[in-house]
Amino acid sequence: MGKEVTLLEAIRQGLWEEMKRDESVFIIGEDVGIYGGAFKLTEGFIDEFGPERVIDTPISEAAIVGVACGAALMGMKPVAEFQFIDFISCGFDMLTNYAAKSRYRGCGAISAVFRGPCGSGVRGGPFHSLNAESFFLNTAGLKMVEPSTPYDAKGLIKAAIRDPDPVLFFEHKKLYRLPRIKQELPEEDYIVPIGKARIAREGKDLSIITFGAQVLNALDAAEILEKEDGLQVEVLDLRTLAPLDKPAILDTVKKTNRVIILHEASVTGGIGGEIAAIIAEEAFEWLDAPILRIGSIDTPVPFAPQLEDYYLPSIGEVVEAARRLANY
Amino acid sequence: MNLSVRLKKPEKPLSCTKETSLKKEDFAKLYRFLKITRMFDEITVRLKRQAKITGGVFSSLGQEATAVGTCYALEERDFIAPLIRDIGACFVKGILPREIFASYLGRATSPNRGTDLQFHFADLKKGFIGPISHLGDMVSVMAGVLLASKMRREDRVAIAYVGEGATSTGAFHEGINFAAVQKLPLIVVVENNGYAYSTPTHKQCAAKHFVDKAVGYGILGLQVDGNDVVACYETAKKAVEYARSGNGSVLIEAITYRRKGHAEHDNQSYVPPGEIEWWAEHNDPIKRFELFLTEENIFSKEELLQIEKDVAEYLEEELTIAESAPSPEPITAAYDVFDNSIVPPAFKKKFLES
Repeated sequence: MGKEVTLLEAIRQGLWEEMKRDESVFIIGEDVGIYGGAFKLTEGFIDEFGPERVIDTPISEAAIVGVACGAALMGMKPVAEFQFIDFISCGFDMLTNYAAKSRYRGCGAISAVFRGPCGSGVRGGPFHSLNAESFFLNTAGLKMVEPSTPYDAKGLIKAAIRDPDPVLFFEHKKLYRLPRIKQELPEEDYIVPIGKARIAREGKDLSIITFGAQVLNALDAAEILEKEDGLQVEVLDLRTLAPLDKPAILDTVKKTNRVIILHEASVTGGIGGEIAAIIAEEAFEWLDAPILRIGSIDTPVPFAPQLEDYYLPSIGEVVEAARRLANY
Repeated sequence: MNLSVRLKKPEKPLSCTKETSLKKEDFAKLYRFLKITRMFDEITVRLKRQAKITGGVFSSLGQEATAVGTCYALEERDFIAPLIRDIGACFVKGILPREIFASYLGRATSPNRGTDLQFHFADLKKGFIGPISHLGDMVSVMAGVLLASKMRREDRVAIAYVGEGATSTGAFHEGINFAAVQKLPLIVVVENNGYAYSTPTHKQCAAKHFVDKAVGYGILGLQVDGNDVVACYETAKKAVEYARSGNGSVLIEAITYRRKGHAEHDNQSYVPPGEIEWWAEHNDPIKRFELFLTEENIFSKEELLQIEKDVAEYLEEELTIAESAPSPEPITAAYDVFDNSIVPPAFKKKFLES
């Protein structure tokens, strides 16, 4: 075991090791080279791997995705960066029409990673705060992951690079350098399999199904509920958003019979609705209370701290919702 | 090119350029590819009328020379991304008519196993990547193909075909700009055929010539008579040599004319009277090539007729192979979204236990 690392450092390590392991892995994106990326995630990569494998591009998200697809068809392993995940909208067509459908259309698998910083709570305003998962959830052919710990981040970026299909890799920017989640990582090579959720905290009274930075809110709420209410709350960190780990979702519901789905994107049309529907269809008899969804309000992400704090789900809301379920 | 100029009766019948390095066997191949393209078209129109083809049928009628001539300048290792009116380029690249028939007919034997239509499939070994319907998207995909080949020190060039309408898309701009910046050996053939669906060229773009766009990207621009198959070949050959020598990307504007509607259902009511007839009468790429071949004493009329007969037989055989193939099993719709050894197929749910 080495020293404790941040989530950002864990992704760096994963990328670095994969580029060392496999010559076909390359990085492509805006300002990823000499500048080292907007969050400095790829700092130093160009010195080690050269400008041929760390490619600075024009401001062209559609081309970045298209080029990654073409290179992937030829057997390369592109890791494309969106400077902020908000700009994935500019590559939406290429992702949903090209990357997602290529294998199905007999045009070859696109083994490529599309990664970037997502998430709110950093005063980024409407265009630097997006959680994009629900835009892509209804498109067959794209995998999506979002780690909440350095261990998972490193294991998942490696798994994503080795995956034979396109993977959208969301990195919550609030977690990038958060001291609280720093972890020591194993020295040996490991992956975290795509498609498998993780129990972040065991409990028997109620489940919170969540991912990304909201895992921390769920854990904090669980702590309060244990101290003040004596409730044992289970927190399920999804880690993979597509394809969802249905067995893990159903297992936790069957164990606790009460469930909150917590995510940071707006509630309406969010991934929470899909999870709620799975539970309602497949674990209806196991429920002792309604399924509750907690997410952000249905507005763009506002900028001023007072507004953004109102926009976002809070620990208080989670605690309240849990109490309502416990007393149902 | 101004339409009123286009529609003047030529002083003498149009032929093809005589300055060429092509040899007799090349001419035979080119003629055969042109005839395959046109006759394939005629068969798909027939199949559409017989309701055997359920999807759209997109004709290359009148613009066959552009795809065939330009693609003929490529080597086997090179790549193409054709658009719907570049079926001729598919044949030049070695895609078999039976594969495209099977795809049009939605057969299980289609390279896309019935998941997509026309020649929306790929054969990477043959350097062929079929299009998607979103115009301009293939430009950056081809840039990616070439980026990979550059990283692996493989000597490849590629042609991405677009219609003049696609030059208005963001994807076209981003793709060609990326290729230009990276100095990739990408040749973008802009087929200016007068119409994008019903939209005439002057409503698509205010630039006088599409070739002028090359200046804005800092790449070589060439313009060619897209109905002169020999000129198309020679221009593409020049572009290929330029790109292969490491000079970067090229934009070729090929001026041609779309004689059919966007697809078979389109009655072309938006086309000024006489326009289609003028092109059919005075500027048909195959008639021009036939005139060239006979005037230059390369082939006799009889020899050309023999090629035509061979092509007709060949295509009927290919069609029989495609038509006699089975339709896909319905359940195969669930497969191959992902690698199914990792993610199971997307089967329908069962609501009652059987």
